[in-house]
Amino acid sequence: MATLSLQDIHKSYGATAVIHGVSIDVNDGEFIVIVGPSGCGKSTLLRMVAGLETITGGDLFVNDARVNDDEPMARNIAMVFQNYALYPHMSVFDNMAYGLKIAKMPKAEIAERVGKASKMLQLEPYLQRKPRELSGGQRQRVAMGRAIVRDPAVFLFDEPLSNLDAKLRVQMRLEIKTLQRELGVTSLYVTHDQVEAMTLADRMIVMNAGIAEQIGSPLEVYETPATLFAAQFIGSPSMNVLPGTGTGRGVQLANGVTIETAVLCNGPVMLGLRPEHLVADKAGPLVVLVKMSEPLGANTLLHGQIKGIDQDFVVSLPGVHREADIKGERRFSIPAAATHVFDAISGKRINA
Amino acid sequence: MEKRVIFKGLWLPLLLVAPQMVITAVFFFYPAGQAIWQSLFIADPFGLKSQFVGLGNFEYLLADPFYRASFLTTAIFSISVTLVSMGVALYLALLADRLIKGSGTYRTLLIWPYAVAPAVAGVLWMFMFNTRVGVVAWYLGVLGYDWNHVLNEAEAMGLVVVASSWGRISYNFLFFLAGLQAIPRSVIEAAAIDGAHFWTRFRTIVWPLLSPVTFFLLVVNIVYAFFETFGVIHTITSGGPQQATTILVYKVYSDGFVGQDLGSSAAQSVILLGLVGLLTIIQFKFIERKVHY
Repeated sequence: MATLSLQDIHKSYGATAVIHGVSIDVNDGEFIVIVGPSGCGKSTLLRMVAGLETITGGDLFVNDARVNDDEPMARNIAMVFQNYALYPHMSVFDNMAYGLKIAKMPKAEIAERVGKASKMLQLEPYLQRKPRELSGGQRQRVAMGRAIVRDPAVFLFDEPLSNLDAKLRVQMRLEIKTLQRELGVTSLYVTHDQVEAMTLADRMIVMNAGIAEQIGSPLEVYETPATLFAAQFIGSPSMNVLPGTGTGRGVQLANGVTIETAVLCNGPVMLGLRPEHLVADKAGPLVVLVKMSEPLGANTLLHGQIKGIDQDFVVSLPGVHREADIKGERRFSIPAAATHVFDAISGKRINA
Repeated sequence: MEKRVIFKGLWLPLLLVAPQMVITAVFFFYPAGQAIWQSLFIADPFGLKSQFVGLGNFEYLLADPFYRASFLTTAIFSISVTLVSMGVALYLALLADRLIKGSGTYRTLLIWPYAVAPAVAGVLWMFMFNTRVGVVAWYLGVLGYDWNHVLNEAEAMGLVVVASSWGRISYNFLFFLAGLQAIPRSVIEAAAIDGAHFWTRFRTIVWPLLSPVTFFLLVVNIVYAFFETFGVIHTITSGGPQQATTILVYKVYSDGFVGQDLGSSAAQSVILLGLVGLLTIIQFKFIERKVHY
């Protein structure tokens, strides 16, 4: 049970700055997901919290105690690694008991804690096996078990699901969430997968090039993305972004068509339209030349271009549509409330 | 299932294994056979005729106190060489593994001694420690220590151990470093987060994960200490003083080629052959089982 606080955390390797000041106060028991493309500094941030990388600027607090200069072991954290990092020469039991043995815990208590964790993770039949005799999902569970038994203040997850196949990933995702709720341990979770971020997070940090673009709940980020980057990174398929000119409560696109917006805007702007918010409308202002479709069952993705604008455009329509029926010129409209407008230069959301 | 290439017919596979078979036959089976055959004879001092004595050579050898002393010398020598060369190499490898800047230079410099032939290395160390002109011996004298490996048995043994280990450290270093770098970084980090300090991590994670490398080096180094250190011993001490550094392989040489007792020399080779074979079997049978995880 703990709070975690990052205050203006910086990281640089010599003259190269990779993290430019990230701040967040994490509440007790909160699940925070750090999401971003590879190379954005999300893993580095996590490793700094773990104590595996030095913090070159800013302060890190666990339960109001500054831990910047503490060794990893002194920070009362547990980490689950991407490749699980199990000790290959030890049995599942010894893997989980390792940290407890080092802490010189009495044997009976070690057995009790490992027993409890392995029951929770359904690992009881495998306690005497070596990691190489386990499947990917089981190894993942052992890594989780190793974190759980230590009863840490904070859980850190470094892309723990990226080595699993798609189906197992969905299952483990749910397990991690259930477990975290059950244990109520403050958690920091790094991923590049926006679906994982959306489903797991109480709040997420969207990171790009060492900057926290937005911090907020998944729906907040989805509904009111603070920057162009956050808008395009969260949501699948990603948001269509079209350059245009603000004309009060509307944006005029390059082909002369004006789309009504909910906010007041003037001058050069970027207009964001989520594919799933577009509505088929015979009188709609957006004329799309549909070239291809991808049927997903529940919905169908249409790929093409807006007439007069040389840029790929995606529409997601509910239900099944045959490509032959949907190909060619189609008209769409979008409710003004579903549009997003961003400053063309800074990329920041216009909220007025 | 292991995938294998299947060759049809008999001639191609025979042709492919032939070079190795020929080399083994010429350089191992033939001399080993000769040694076994010769060990059953005593040659006269001029080598003109020889007389069949059965196992007489072996009986004589095993009753010979000098030969038995040589066993002890060999044990002390090879254990020391193996421990020193592997211990120092592991220590250096651990340091190099933690190094980020300049590790390339460090590694290259450490590998150089391996390129020095044992005999040359022997001469090098002999000059450094020469009782009259040796630099190190002179400095030791300044410090008040009278170094004389020509007379002092312990000093002689120490010197050949150091000289034999020196070039070997490079070789072991390379293997240890490769072994250390093969251990995933995250496993070490996980142990650090689990609360293990450097030495605990080394004892409980690094050392066990390194054990296949250690085992391999153990076998290779013991064989090295048994056979390939001949040049070093020959150049530095010639087995002296008072046979204090006469290891088994050196005794084979000195009895056979200096003492001209070819029968005894051959018998010694046979014993040595059996001994190394036995050691290797023991190592593979009993230790190897424990090193695989």
